[in-house]
Order: sequence, then C-alpha cells, then structure tokens
Amino acid sequence: MRNIGKSYKEVIALNDISFDVADGELFGLIGPDGAGKTTLFRILCTLIVPDQGEARVRGLDVVEDFRSIRKSIGYMPGRFSLYQDLTVQENLEFFATIFGTTIEQNYHLVRDIYTQLEPFKQRLAGDLSGGMKQKLALCCALIHKPEVLFLDEPTTGVDAVSRKEFWQMLKRLKKDGLAILVSTPYMDEAALCDRIALMQNGRILDINTPQKISEEFVGVLYAVKSSRVYDLLIALRAHPLVLSCYAFGEYLHVTLAKSEDSKELESHLQNQGFSDLKIHLVTPGIENVFMQLLQQTDEK
Amino acid sequence: MKEHPAISANNLTRKFGSFIATNAISFEVKKGEIFGFLGANGAGKTTAMRMLCGLLAPTSGSATVAGYDVASYPEKVKQHIGYMSQKFSLYEDLTVKENFLFYGGVYGLRRKEILLRLNDMLKRLDLVHALNTRVGELPLGWKQKLSFSLAMLHQPEIIFLDEPTGGVDPITRRKFWDLIYEAAHQGVTIFVTTHYMDEAEYCDRVSIMVNGVIEALDSPENLRSKYQAETMDAVFQELARGTITL
Repeated sequence: MRNIGKSYKEVIALNDISFDVADGELFGLIGPDGAGKTTLFRILCTLIVPDQGEARVRGLDVVEDFRSIRKSIGYMPGRFSLYQDLTVQENLEFFATIFGTTIEQNYHLVRDIYTQLEPFKQRLAGDLSGGMKQKLALCCALIHKPEVLFLDEPTTGVDAVSRKEFWQMLKRLKKDGLAILVSTPYMDEAALCDRIALMQNGRILDINTPQKISEEFVGVLYAVKSSRVYDLLIALRAHPLVLSCYAFGEYLHVTLAKSEDSKELESHLQNQGFSDLKIHLVTPGIENVFMQLLQQTDEK
Repeated sequence: MKEHPAISANNLTRKFGSFIATNAISFEVKKGEIFGFLGANGAGKTTAMRMLCGLLAPTSGSATVAGYDVASYPEKVKQHIGYMSQKFSLYEDLTVKENFLFYGGVYGLRRKEILLRLNDMLKRLDLVHALNTRVGELPLGWKQKLSFSLAMLHQPEIIFLDEPTGGVDPITRRKFWDLIYEAAHQGVTIFVTTHYMDEAEYCDRVSIMVNGVIEALDSPENLRSKYQAETMDAVFQELARGTITL
C-alpha cells in the first residue's frame, strides 16, 4: 500500500496509509471503531476504490486487477455474513462451489477448525453461538485455498476462551505460508501478531513489532493498588508528579517522569491514609504505549 | 424499613423446551456493589439478565431486584433499574435533548426535571455543546457515556450494563469505567457483563457462568488465589475451557 486515502463526504476515513505485509506474516491492525480499519479492508478486497494512492495484493493492482485478486484472497467481514438460514455444511459447500472447488479437495485446509463444527453440521448457521459462527466464517474464507487472508475483527463479541482458540488457528495457518491481515480492538491479541499498526482516526500512529512498540513507552510505569480504588484514583490524578493514571486490571497504572518520583508519591499516599498501599514498577505493554500515543494526539 | 439486597436470585431457572438455559442459580448482590457477570457465549448470561430485568418470566425459582419479585412485579422492577447495552441505546436520528426528553417521559419524569438533570450530566461529561446534535453524528465513546447517563436519568438503584465498552479505544474504555466507579461510589449498584477480562478485575465481585450454572463467585483476588492464576483471564480460561459453546 502506498499513500492510500479515502474520504466519505467531509469525513476522512483513511489518510496517507502505507505499509507492506510479507508472505507468512500475521499483521494486525489495532484500533477502535472509526479508526478506518474496515475501509482499508474493503479497499484491499477490491470492494471500494481508494481516492488516493495505490495498493497491490500479491503484485496485482486493487483497481485494475480486481477480478484476479478476488480469486486469491479470503475475506471475513466484520459483520457475520454467512447465510443464517443455511446449515453449517450448506454454507461451506456454497462457498466452495462459487470458487469452483469442493470441500473434499481442500478439506486439509479447514480440517482443524471444521472437525469442531462437524457435530453440528446440520444446524442452521443462525443458531450457532458467537464463537462457532466465527469458526464457520473462517472455514468459508479458507475453503478456496486463498493466498492472503483478510479478517476484519473476527473476535469482537466473542468470549475469552473462543478468542484464544481462534488465535491458535491463525498461528497454524500462518505456518502454511498464508499472509494474514487481521484487525482487532483487543490489545492482548496485538501481542500475538508479527507486526502491528496502531490506528486512530484514519491514521497510523505507529507500526512495528509488538516488542519494539512496547519499548517506545516514555517515562516509567508503576502499578499501584489499595482497597479504596476510587479514592486512590482521585488522589493519584490530583498529584502533580503523576503524568497519567488509569485502571489496569487489578492495579492502577501510573506514569511518572522518573523512578525517583515514586518514593515521594508513595509517602504522599501513605500520609493521605492509604495504609494498605502496594506499589511496584511494571514493564509497559502495547496497551500502555497505545494509550500514551492517543493522549499525545488528543493534546495536539 | 429493612435494607434489602439490590439483587437476590434463588434457584432462578429458565428452560426453553428441554434446554435449560439458566439452571437454578442463586446469588446476592449488595447495594453499591460492582458485580461482574461473566461467562462464555451461550453460557446463559443473557437469559439470566433478562429475567432479572423483568423481561422474561422464570420457569422456576425466584429473584428479587430492588426488593421486588421479578415474576410478580416486573413493571416495578423496570422502574427501579437502568439498562444499557451496546446494541440498544439511543435513537440515532434524534438529538441528545430529544432522546432524554423521550426516555424521561417514558419513565414519567417532568420535562423541567429532565432538562435539569440532563444539563447537570452534560456539564459533568463536558458535553454541553452536544445538546442539540443528532446522536448519529457523535463519536462512539460519547454515545456510550450518554447511554450510561440516560440509563441513570430516572435515578435507578441498580444499573444493568450489557457489554457496555465494546469497540472503543483503551482510554475511552477506561473513562467509561470512571463513570461506573463514580456511580458505585454514590451507592448505585452495578451489574455488568464484559468480554474484557481486565475489566473483570475492576469489579468488587465476579460470577462466572458455565453451561447455565454459576461455577464460581467471589472477589477477583480470591478467585485468582483459589485457581492459582495471575489474572482473571487465566481464571476464566480454566473454568470455561472445554465447555461446548453453542
């Protein structure tokens, strides 16, 4: 992709997007609703045309060569797009047939996933749970042996166990050499990608490996805890040494400019009556960095 | 008057034909508590929640919400609770003001009272300028805050939040939790479902439903120590793994 731009009336959905995804790479687009992830998928899957820039999928231009591209990609849109009134098996047969193949011919590609669905193959797709629907949609996107897989928020609304299983499947597919572009609002999934792009309001804020992105955190991060969570949050945010403070799982995450500040903060809080205070240094993750980048863009 | 628990479920059961969606669940939620209601897709959360909101009659067992029996007084229950979900929220083609006047009217509040409370809420959310904007034009994060305020408009004792934070960025998600903490601090009881396991940690107590029954119920800290897990995500994986989610 080179300098891709797309606007809807006065709304800029995508602004100067450029990056490459290699064969066998699992690439994540990370960002909230409205970041431009779905627009980008639609351009790459040849469903809409960009206003600016050019994009190629396996060397083919998304505008000129859209017919050839459509044969060699698998696309799983964000909204469940299978036929709800067809059974599990009928859906898969349908997708195989329109791509001129059969389930038997490419069964090896979907075997791991489809074996979990087979006990329910006579069930209507509309009657499956969220996690099962996603597995079926993935099978349907894979059955014609695509070279590139586009997955638009495949795990949104799916429970934590099914999400984990879904990502294990992606890891296996990647090993077979498939290039995978996947979007997600879940930060824990970002860490499972080879590389990620952090997106907000049509722009890429950062692009790198999860490890490198985690290292970009500015300042030092502390985890703080007390039984009086709400009071602690108020006290921390009011303190001049605290650059930011957000709830983070069991703890509150507090950003300070330097580690020496933590001693002063700790004694301040103890004076305020937080007797059961726990405070320790933590290694920042992708979510911390993303929050810092979002905060910087807000301030600009 | 004797202080009643915010929510009390006693062998609450709902069957659909031969399928038992919610199987004899019993628990209590204290006033002002943030109670996390977790479970895999298809574990029976939505069915249980609909019964507690007076929208679906139990097959057997009982539950009281805000002191009212859900089967006998579903309308009373509805008056005393607030409800917010990602799917059902505001009318996109009405302005913020029109939405509040409409819902306030449904709850029998006077126009003057509604506008007074709305003004107060918008000030605290720093959204006064959005008063006459059509909801469809607002960013998702604002809509979520407004939906929450709307659910609180009739000053309910308990608020049910069904996956309230889907699709927003990590900062917006946390700012939403600031609202939850604030409400709980003022004595409102919070009953919340989520797929974000870090949010489970923000709750005072958490229940985990598996195949229609409550498999675990305790504070996040106690659950982590009981299952020797470092995070609530690990606890959830341990309990919900291997269950068939249909």
